[in-house]
Amino acid sequence: MEFKSILFYIFSTVTVLASLRVITARNPVHAALFLVLAFFNVSGLWMLLQAEFLSLVLIMVYVGAVMVLFLFVVMMLDINIERVRQGFWKNLPIGALVGALLIAEMAAVLSSRYFGLTNLPAQNMPANYSNTKELARVLYTDYAYPFEIASVILLVAIIVAVMLTLRRRKDNKAMQASDQIAVKAKDRMRLVKMAPEIDLPAAKQGEKA
Amino acid sequence: MEATVLNLLASVLGSLWAPLWNLIKPVWPLLWTLAKIVLIMAPLLLSVAYLTFVERKVIGWMQVRIGPNRVGPWGLLQPIADGLKLFFKEVLFPAAADKKLFVLGPIMAIAPALALWAVIPFSSGWVLANVDAGVLYLLAVGSIGVYGIIIAGWASNSKYPFFGAMRASAQMISYEVSMGLALITVLMVSNSLNLSDIVMAQDKGRGASMGLGFLSWNWLPLLPMFGVYLISGVAETNRAPFDVVEGESEIVAGHMVEYSGMAFAMFFLAEYANMILISAMTSIFFLGGWLSPVGFIPDGFHWMAAKMSAILFFFLWIRATFPRYRYDQLMRLGWKVFVPLTLVWILVVGVWMMSPLTIWK
Repeated sequence: MEFKSILFYIFSTVTVLASLRVITARNPVHAALFLVLAFFNVSGLWMLLQAEFLSLVLIMVYVGAVMVLFLFVVMMLDINIERVRQGFWKNLPIGALVGALLIAEMAAVLSSRYFGLTNLPAQNMPANYSNTKELARVLYTDYAYPFEIASVILLVAIIVAVMLTLRRRKDNKAMQASDQIAVKAKDRMRLVKMAPEIDLPAAKQGEKA
Repeated sequence: MEATVLNLLASVLGSLWAPLWNLIKPVWPLLWTLAKIVLIMAPLLLSVAYLTFVERKVIGWMQVRIGPNRVGPWGLLQPIADGLKLFFKEVLFPAAADKKLFVLGPIMAIAPALALWAVIPFSSGWVLANVDAGVLYLLAVGSIGVYGIIIAGWASNSKYPFFGAMRASAQMISYEVSMGLALITVLMVSNSLNLSDIVMAQDKGRGASMGLGFLSWNWLPLLPMFGVYLISGVAETNRAPFDVVEGESEIVAGHMVEYSGMAFAMFFLAEYANMILISAMTSIFFLGGWLSPVGFIPDGFHWMAAKMSAILFFFLWIRATFPRYRYDQLMRLGWKVFVPLTLVWILVVGVWMMSPLTIWK
């Protein structure tokens, strides 16, 4: 067996096991961490397919940013595990139905009879072939408009999310960093000139006596 | 280099070599890679040990103290003594901790810090994996480092570590953004994601042709980005003045409160390995890597080492100089100062490259 095949089986086995643990783990933090593991192994699979750009971006975006924020939220929740698991048997038939439907659809799409996937030519790229460069070339020439539109939609989504959750409280006592930076030393502190020594009247009287 | 080593082995072992070579030939690439990994890791870990020593000495001198001077001549054996001490201490597990994740935390901290060194070129051709997407690899694996802190903070099941984990996840994500955006300008002018190509792209230009190579390095045309990158690098490694994650005076030691012995040492190793890595990355991206600043002195690893040492000194210097940032100021600097600045500078560099005044051909 080729070394690549061994790697493929390792990556795919761990992906499947980790994904199963995502939905069976009792602790939500564990589930999130198993999802991270699944992402890692999928990225390894993509690397085997010579899609190094997508594979590294998967780690950068999903593992490095999305899942960190996800963990951030999940860790702060005080989740009552017993209550979350209530109604498992009641919802199982609907869940199973949706799952079966998804699997059937994916099987229809991926089945080789319709698309001849078994006849896909093996990709033999030259050693200096840069996945990133090719992707960028297509993205910024042929698909420049869709790319720009997609980024504007994302920007709108960000602004909407901020606007929906932004609540300005009247009694907010937060500090304004720009005001603090603008402060001069003389606004806060008064330097008083005074003589280093002052003869106390009481001491003088004492000397005379 | 590989052929030289093989010839040397053949001449040393004489007639024994031929049967031995037949035996190890199938696994030779693996052995050779392992040898290179050891060649990178051993000096790196030694540098980490002595960086802690240099830090204590330098900060000592800056504060008119002597620093460690008891173990060995001039205190030179101090890091060895510290390492031995940590090695023989017991690793305690808090009763309410999540044991598996408690062990995983330090591992997740140290593993990316070491794995990142795979793509760092030390001199022309001195690189373990000369991959085309080197910068992407650095950004991707570098973004995993935060998991060590988050996992450790949550698994400890204690208040201060949890605060540390929360602070770490917010801070490291924020500064990754400005760091990545600052790197985009470097990628634009060097037209490559390969780290060796980025260094070689700084060897061209008017300064380099006059024998004054340091004028052609990226730090000069991309000066604001150099500053943003360096400061974001300090924030990424959670070093003072951005060390709110540890914040001794507020949350004791953040995610490391419950750790002892070698588990604690792992976090320490990771922090210093990351510091050295940031200095290596800054010298590659902005200071011309192993290139010589002037024409009459040859290029080589010594220049890379000198630049890295200078940046590491800068790290120690600001730790001894500045007080810690307040948390809201930290977030303000990242999101409201650095991100807009980098976005504007990307536009400026783009226009500059397309204009007749371009210096990158």
